[in-house]
Parts: sequence; C-alpha cells; structure tokens
Amino acid sequence: MNDALIKEFEALVGKENVMESESDRFSYAYDAAVLEPVMPALVVRPESREALGKLVKLCNDNGLPITVRGSGTNLSGGTIPSKGGVVILTNALNKIIEINEADLYAVVEPGVLTARFATEVAARGLFYPPDPGSQAVSTLGGNVAENAGGLRGLKYGVTKDYVMGVDFFNVDGELVKSGSRTVKCVTGLNLAGLMVGSEGTLGVFEKLILKLTPPPLAAKAMMAIFDDVAKASETVAAIIAAKIVPATLEFMDNFTIRTVEDFAHAGLPVDAQALLLIEVDGHPGQVADEAEKVEAICKQMGALRIQVAKDAAERNKVWEARRAALSALARVSPTTVLEDATVPRSQIPAMMHALGGIASKYKLTIGTFGHAGDGNLHPTILTDRRNKEEWHRVEAAIDEIFDVALSLGGTLSGEHGIGLAKSKYMEKETNKATVLFSRRLKKALDPKGILNPGKIIGE
Amino acid sequence: MSEMKELLRLLGELDDQLVGCMRCGMCQAVCPIYGQSGREADVARGKIALLEGLAHELVKDPQGVQDKVTRCLLCGSCAANCPSGVKALDIFLKARVILTGYLGLSSVKKAIFRGMLVKPKLFNRLLGMASMFQGLFTSPVNDIIGSSCSRFLEPVLGDRHLMLLAKTPLHKEVPSMDTPAGKSGLKVAFFPGCLADKIFPRVGHAVLKVLNHHGVGVFMPEGQACCGIPALSSGDRESYEKLVRANLAVFAAGKFDALVTPCATCTSTMKKIWPMMSEGMSASEQAALRELSAKIMDVNAFVVDKLGLAAPEPNADAVSVTVHDPCHLKKSLGVSAQPRTVLSLNPHYKVTEMAASDACCGCGGSFTLAYADMSAKIGQQKRDNIKNTGAQVVAMGCPACMLQISDMLSRNGDRVSVKHPMELYAEGL
Repeated sequence: MNDALIKEFEALVGKENVMESESDRFSYAYDAAVLEPVMPALVVRPESREALGKLVKLCNDNGLPITVRGSGTNLSGGTIPSKGGVVILTNALNKIIEINEADLYAVVEPGVLTARFATEVAARGLFYPPDPGSQAVSTLGGNVAENAGGLRGLKYGVTKDYVMGVDFFNVDGELVKSGSRTVKCVTGLNLAGLMVGSEGTLGVFEKLILKLTPPPLAAKAMMAIFDDVAKASETVAAIIAAKIVPATLEFMDNFTIRTVEDFAHAGLPVDAQALLLIEVDGHPGQVADEAEKVEAICKQMGALRIQVAKDAAERNKVWEARRAALSALARVSPTTVLEDATVPRSQIPAMMHALGGIASKYKLTIGTFGHAGDGNLHPTILTDRRNKEEWHRVEAAIDEIFDVALSLGGTLSGEHGIGLAKSKYMEKETNKATVLFSRRLKKALDPKGILNPGKIIGE
Repeated sequence: MSEMKELLRLLGELDDQLVGCMRCGMCQAVCPIYGQSGREADVARGKIALLEGLAHELVKDPQGVQDKVTRCLLCGSCAANCPSGVKALDIFLKARVILTGYLGLSSVKKAIFRGMLVKPKLFNRLLGMASMFQGLFTSPVNDIIGSSCSRFLEPVLGDRHLMLLAKTPLHKEVPSMDTPAGKSGLKVAFFPGCLADKIFPRVGHAVLKVLNHHGVGVFMPEGQACCGIPALSSGDRESYEKLVRANLAVFAAGKFDALVTPCATCTSTMKKIWPMMSEGMSASEQAALRELSAKIMDVNAFVVDKLGLAAPEPNADAVSVTVHDPCHLKKSLGVSAQPRTVLSLNPHYKVTEMAASDACCGCGGSFTLAYADMSAKIGQQKRDNIKNTGAQVVAMGCPACMLQISDMLSRNGDRVSVKHPMELYAEGL
C-alpha cells in the first residue's frame, strides 16, 4: 500500500491506530478456524463510529477489500482477510449506549464484549440469553454477523432472536437504518434480518439494538447417565414430546466423558456410553414440576442413574463438566477441529451412528458433545494438522459428516457460520439458484466486491 | 544466512509447543496488556502465531517478532487461563533466548548482566556506593510509603516514585547464618532475593524474626546471586546459567528441609523455570538443580503449610489490610490463601478483599522500564482497586510488586502503606 494512502487512513483514525508493520499485520491473518493465514495490507482501529463510516468509503473508493474483525474467535474463517486489503477492528467501539429497563432493549456499539454486556444487563435485573462458548471475549457485532448460538438455544433461541435493529454503513459509507426500538415493526424491508449472519459481506455494523428479557427466577440441573447412545438420544425426543423445553439439554459421548474425567476429575461415570446434562428454568413452581417430569422420563427411557443437583454448588459441578469438554478434548492432540453440522433433533440417533462409522472408516479420533436439544452436535476431530496424510483423511471425514447431516434433513452449520471453511458446500445444501440469488444481492449492494470477499457465497 | 537457518531450526524445536494453540482467543479475557491496547500482537495467541509464522517463514522480520514477544509482563495469566493448556510462559522465555541469540543483546543489557549481575560481590559493592549518593539526587515524597522523586533522573526514570536502595542492605547486617533446627525440628535455607536484600531489607529481617520465633534453623550462605530471571527474560542465557550455577554452588554447602524466599518471582523462577531451562547444563548440575528446585517454597506457604500455623480471630479494632495476589505466586505456584493467613496471624490485622486481587500490577521486571506508560496504566487499575477498599495497608508476597504498587500509590498521593505479609506478622512477635 502506498504512503499517500496510508496517510489518508492515519488522517481518519490517528497514526497510533494504523498498523502497517509485518508483525502487526500477521497477527490479524487468522482466526479460530483451522485454515491457512492470509496477511492483510493494513490494519486500522477506529475509535469513533464516524471514523468507521469514513474508513468504509475510503476503502471502497480505492477498491480495497475490508474484513471487519471483533475478537477473531469465529470457527469458519470469517475474519481471515483472504483477499488481503484492510482489517478494520471494532474493539475500540465498545460503548453500551443505552440499556432501557422500561422497554426491554439495549443499544450497543459493535465492539462490546458479549459477557461484559450480559453482566451489565444482569446488574439491572434483566437477561440477555445468547451465550456462545467464546462469550468471555467475543463481541456482539461478531455474534450478530455470525448469528452465534450457545447452550441456551433450545429454549431461548440464538442471537437472531434478540436483534431488533442494526444500523450499518453501506459501501459508500452512508448510514442505513433498520429495525426499531419497538416490539413490533414492519417498516420497510427487514434489513436487520438480512444483516444477521451476513458475516460482514453486506454492510458494516454501526450500532445494534438488542432485545432483553426478565431472567428466570429459578433453575434446576441434573445429569442422566446411559449405557446406550440411542437411549440417550431417544430421551431427548421424549422430553420435547412431553411438551417440556429445558433451557439446556446437552450431550456427551463416551470418549468425551472419559477425556473430561481424565482432565478435570469431576467424578463422571467413565463407563457410561452417554450423558445428558439437563437444566430446566422458569418460575419455581414450574421448575419443580418440570424437573420431576424430566427425571421420570429419563428413568422410563432407561437411564442407569440420574443425579439431580441439590444446590448451587452441585449445579455448578454439572456445568463444569460440560464447560471442560472442549478444553479436555483440545489437550489430547495438537489440532482440534470443532464441527457443528446440525440435524433435526429426532435424527440425533442416526447422526451419532453415522459419526461412529465415519471415525472408524477414516481411522480418526472423534469426540462428540453438544447441544442435543437443538440437534446441534459438535463432533470434534482430534488430529495433528502437520501430518499431511492424516489431514487428508480429516478433510474427507468432514465432507462425509456434511453429506450425512444434509441427508438427514440437517444443515451445514448450526452456529459457527460458513465463512471460508464451508462456502464450497453451500450449493449442496441449497441449490444453484440460491447461491446465484445471494451473489446477485451482494453484487447490487457491493459492486466492487470489497465487503469480506470470498466468504459464504464464494467468489 | 546460516544464522537464519539456525534460528529456524531452534524455532522449529518449539513447534510441538506452538502447535497446541488452537487460536480460540480466550487469552484476550485475561491479558493485562491486551486489556489496555486491544492489539492482537499483545496477547498470547498473537505472539504464538508470530513465532509460528517466523518458524515457517511466513514472517520474515525477526526483530519485529522480538519486539512483540518482549512486550509481555510474563505474568502467566494466559497460560493459567488457556483451554488447551498451552505453556505460553515457557514458550515466550525460550523464544526470547532464541531471538536474542540471533539478534544479539543490547550493549546496555550486556553491561548490566555480564559486567555486573553475574558478579554478586561487585554488584553488591556498586549498589552499596549508589546507596550513599542517591540522596543527593532524590527527595522524599511520601512518608507512609517511604518513596522518593527524582528530577535529576527524570530522563531515565520518568515521573516514577522510587523506593530507594536501603542504607544498609540485609547482607551487610546479616552476612551469613547457619543455625540448627530448634523446637520446630525444621531447618530452611533462606534466599532473600535482590530486592529484599537491597531495597526492602525490612522484609528479610521480618522473615528471620519469624523463623527464629518458631525455632526454625536457618542456613543463609554468603555470595548468593540473583535468581537469573532478569537475564533470562532479556534472552541472555549465558548470564542466566552463570547465576543459576553460582546459587547451586552456595546452597550445596548446607543441609535443609526447604529453601524459602519472600519473593514470588524468585520462588517461581527457581521452582518452575530452573528445571525447564536446564538443558544447557551437565547431568550432575541438572540433578543438583532438580533436587534443590524441589525444596523451594514461598515463605508464606512454608509458615502455613509446614509450621501448621492457623490465624486467631482478629481484634475488635483490627486494621484492614487488603491483599494483592502476585502473578508468580497465585497463577504460577497456586499460593493465595497462605499470605492472607500469615498476616492474620497478627490479630491486630484483618483482611479486606479488593476487586480483582489477582490482576497483574503491571511491573513485569524490566517491562516497567521499557513500557513505562503501559505499565503505569495497568498499575493505576490496581491502585484504584486498592484505594476502593479503604484499607490502610496493602500486603503482597513479592518485593517487585511492592516496588510497582508503592510507585502507583505514591503518585496518587495515597497514604496506604505497602507491606509483605511476613512484616505484618513479625510486628506482633
């Protein structure tokens, strides 16, 4: 990039917020996806929303690709600047502009950290339910751009269910407004809906209006132990069929159970073939009633044992085991490939069966845990990306996992996004017309193709 | 060219450790520097990616990588919070050695480490002389903390509030000691560390008083050297190894149950880093080192865990003390309850917790000199947390943290005294 252009960037955000050295640029070449790094030409960190809009225009005027980056925690390569260009950081745009307790909404800048926001909201007696695994460091802008999920998806939904409005810059740096601060709003096209999950390919978020709810008054957690994966997955279906929607309904397979136990010594039953970790929440009366019913269903469906948490400490212990799952698996081998192909929940037994077959066919270690209640499992392949021969088998196994998920009526990604990693599979799930429609939409909004090019719908 | 090849080969040896980082970015939540700057190259994930990039020739500028890798407090918050268990601290120390080997050591550091620090007698003599003249260039600024300011030294030290060299360092008053085990039946070797010897001898005296009170024999040999961390963190392996060998030699002469230090950084260096960075030493040296390293304990942990002391109820009018958890004590060694117990052994004091007591104070050894502004910003948060408790005393088991926190409180004009837990306990004996 030439010096005159760099000077223009410096004039917009200040010299201290423009990074051009190799070592600075290389530290924005990757995200949490297992993909090759690509270095941007420049990294800028605007400290105001006005500067953000001007940056977008400057990039468009010069035909420079833009990759907007929050904390770079996505698992699909959405923030890898695969065409070079400019990385725009949002982490200095971190103001919570308003939390409205009367009207149950908040207005935030895109760089606010998810956990910090949830804590601020909780301090006012309200609740922001989406809780992606990276919430301690992820940004709300990133959550909206990826439509992030989390453990509470089953009952409370995912990020898209909490987005009331998105104001964003178009490629000319003009502010486009969408949605409102009201529960109902049918004014114009649902542009906010279009922005959710768009992975930075259609506009650059300026601020977000997010829905808040009152928190549940009580919660009860339990662990059900099974000697058979099929029984565990049938139990999931039986709970839902009984018209009970737990806040969280998580699954761990035997490999994950053993690995977590080795790592965290949480007292898990290592001979169990599957565990369900279940939490019901709501009004205390409802919680007591539903917990009793869930326990009865688990027994009826053949659970070997059920441990109901008696107090907060025991409840915490149940979730500690779940929270340790990824850490424990990640320590087994150098490279951890965390997939999130998702199936209708009734297909979980079939999906689990298929995963077992894929692991033995490709001679790979796969630990599976995840959000059984919403069909969003995380088959986790433990490998070493430096081993070329094994890595080929990993890639073949991933292809097959997607094929199986799609054949079961599922989807490529429940919550991690398409990014670079899965864009080649898009047509498999949808069809040519869908991809073409999306490309035309992008072409109309971004004629020069500068907004996170290559992501979701490919070139 | 061949040197570049050697650099790549050495970095390649780190590859097994580097590859464990899954780039999840959870270290962003705890890194004190990232918390201030929001820059990826400041956090462990960024530094590890850079080292991997350099090793695989995706990054071509070793100096640029070195600049990022040294912009680090070595506090270990990232390693303690890493989901996949990456030993970031080990990686960064080894990387500093490898990169310094390639890029060379600055002449100032060469003069300090190789000309002075590795020669304990000369080092003591030079600092002894400095202590006689420092009063000419400084003026006292806060009588509670005991800090001073220096307009004369401002070009070097900025607006820092200094803790001056003690008029009489510990080794002048107590050159050596070898007493048998008393009623406790235990004998310890005592390693005061440079700061407790030269700036806070009151801490060293407090430790000796407590040990004596409980009938613990003390072996304190002459000629103790620095633990080596300042040299190693600058990548000077040669000076580091000289210092380790000097200490192995002086402590080989005694028999003792444990080696105690009042300095979190010395303890963690000797216990964790010595064995990790020992491959350049002979087999017999490594064996001696492992044997000594296994005996090393923080002095607070010794008093509570080995002497089995338990705190009484505090007096009704007990003075509030807030406790800072040094990174090298809590995150590295898992010692956090014991310093609180030690100060509470004196019923005149009670603990009042501060917010984020285990957040780094921002000192990081020479980090505070190289990155003074960043260090002060991190330190200011710690100061605010201390001040918000309303406590009159802040205690911590690390003289390096004591320097930084004294500086920060003094700059804010706070009248909060800065103590080692052993000082507070010793007061009541």
